[in-house]
Amino acid sequence: MIRLDGVRKTFTAGETKIHALDGVSLEIDRGEFVAIMGQSGSGKSTMMNIIGLLDRPDEGAYLLSGRNVASLSEHARARLRGKAFGFVFQSYSLLPRMSALEQVELPLIYQGVRDRRRRAAEALVRVGLAERIGHRPTQLSGGEQQRVAIARSLVVDPLVVLADEPTGALDTATGHEVMTLLSDLVDQHGMTIILVTHEPEVAAFAHRTVRMRDGQIIEDTGASNGAIARSAPIDESAS
Amino acid sequence: MSVLDALRIAVRAIVANRLRSLLTLLGLVIGVSSVIALIAVGQGTQKGVSDQIRGLGTDLIFIEPSAAATTQAGGTASLITTTLTQADAHAIAANGNPAITAVTAHITGDTQAIAGTENVGAESVFTTSNYAEVRDLEVAAGSFIAPQHDDAGSLVAVLGSRVAETLYGGIDPIGQEVRLSFLAGRVVFGFTVIGVLEEIGGAADANDQVFVPITGLANRFRFLYTPTGDLRVTQIDVQTTPGADTEEVKQQVTDLLLFRHNRSDPDFTIESQDDLLDAASEVANTLSILLGSIAGISLLVGGIGVMNIMLVSVTERTREIGIRRAVGATGADIVNQFVTEALALSVFGGVLGIVIGVVASLLVDGQTVGDQEMTTVIQAWSIAAAFGVAAGIGLLSGLYPAWRATVIDPIAALRNE
Repeated sequence: MIRLDGVRKTFTAGETKIHALDGVSLEIDRGEFVAIMGQSGSGKSTMMNIIGLLDRPDEGAYLLSGRNVASLSEHARARLRGKAFGFVFQSYSLLPRMSALEQVELPLIYQGVRDRRRRAAEALVRVGLAERIGHRPTQLSGGEQQRVAIARSLVVDPLVVLADEPTGALDTATGHEVMTLLSDLVDQHGMTIILVTHEPEVAAFAHRTVRMRDGQIIEDTGASNGAIARSAPIDESAS
Repeated sequence: MSVLDALRIAVRAIVANRLRSLLTLLGLVIGVSSVIALIAVGQGTQKGVSDQIRGLGTDLIFIEPSAAATTQAGGTASLITTTLTQADAHAIAANGNPAITAVTAHITGDTQAIAGTENVGAESVFTTSNYAEVRDLEVAAGSFIAPQHDDAGSLVAVLGSRVAETLYGGIDPIGQEVRLSFLAGRVVFGFTVIGVLEEIGGAADANDQVFVPITGLANRFRFLYTPTGDLRVTQIDVQTTPGADTEEVKQQVTDLLLFRHNRSDPDFTIESQDDLLDAASEVANTLSILLGSIAGISLLVGGIGVMNIMLVSVTERTREIGIRRAVGATGADIVNQFVTEALALSVFGGVLGIVIGVVASLLVDGQTVGDQEMTTVIQAWSIAAAFGVAAGIGLLSGLYPAWRATVIDPIAALRNE
């Protein structure tokens, strides 16, 4: 479903050029739970940004469900991003002064979806926050906030959930709960999750580990959970 | 993203920063309301002056000694230098021009009207019996100067309403004696009151005037006559038939007077009521434009305030922008959001400004400032223009910040905590 082919990304900081991604090739199938590991500066976040269409590669191909999306316009990437990817960030990334329900409705606003309220409420139920629908971020614990963020990533029925250090701001027990929730999404609902982390305990929840260093993949444990190999085409008719 | 969604997001953002939004609005509110109120004052001034000119009568042409022929002393002193005479007025009337219905000549001078222990400053008008008809004056009691007074040199007087009120209060003035003092009290004559005029609305002069037959005065002041024996006058009024070509009549009268005065360039000015109205309109319009421009500048400043706040708002909400982009907002969605917010802010400010501007105009209307009664005329176009400019400025001042919002790198924005 996701295929990166010889992807390069270079950042220029003053005089020096940093090769954030230095010829990365990677294939991820539907239903996989992949942990991308590496120290900071290894290029793992850059790779996640490229996969999530927040950034575009300088070189190489990016095929999403068989379609080359590396050269899409900014506008088209934004539309596709909203539909195909759900993001979970370390810092929850919730908007202030908005109820949990409104946070989860947000992606649907940009999709022009009707029935937003019901779908958002369902997503919150899925992450076990049925009772907290009207609460604002300041009224929620860190774990609850992260679960709102997960509900927000799920509400669009994305192809992939991209989780960037989802437990980074949480204590061990809460982090464990959040990871269990993500695992369940993969195991019970067939969700595809790409997890970026530098903690081995967190990566252990995933079924496959991709290790990076200096912009290159140095280890890939490979698909090990019998993921669905065939990729479904992206439904473009909704846009 | 639908318009309604954009509006909902905008209203949330505005309400979330209530105080700041209100302060931002203030500039626009003051701008819009002052445009409306000041233009209303300007137009009111125009209406006041126009009414005053129209109150002089209808279809009139005024002939006065030209500035070069008049000393700066004004009043009766100009009688020494005026070249207009009652004979001129008679000649104009006798010319047989079908467009001319009446001609009246008069002398005006400052006077002090005295009755018993009361006295009041007034303007004396020495004229003929047809003056009331030419100037559309209505008599409230008694009668105006009658034709038989014109040549008899009678010492009778018709009082303006305010003069009568001040001198006689509740007493019926008809038949009473009024004494008029001229030349700073050096000469005083007694007159019998034969009539009182209807009060005239607005700031009309007639309320403060005293009318007496011109011959009554002329018989007592020989200096009013030219060496050739013509009675000098300070003004000749020519009434034309309704719809007459006043420009043509002006030309004919001018030719006649030039011939009579044996001059090639006029020693008098000749102006129709339309000329006066045009001149007054021009002055009032200049005033309106001046006031409107000053108010327009404050409107512009208000708009800059909106842009400033929107820029701050974009910078402050970098993280929000990153989150919105991550969940699928396109650049157009972000532009839409911030432009809608700026527009909502300025439309609200515009509406508030209209309300305050209209209320202020209505409050000022009829109030007396100094000795001047304020008249305001609220103009629909000034409301539309002020509101349009406010909304336009809001839109423009939203565009640049909105564009700034779209060039924010979503990745960097998400890292912004």
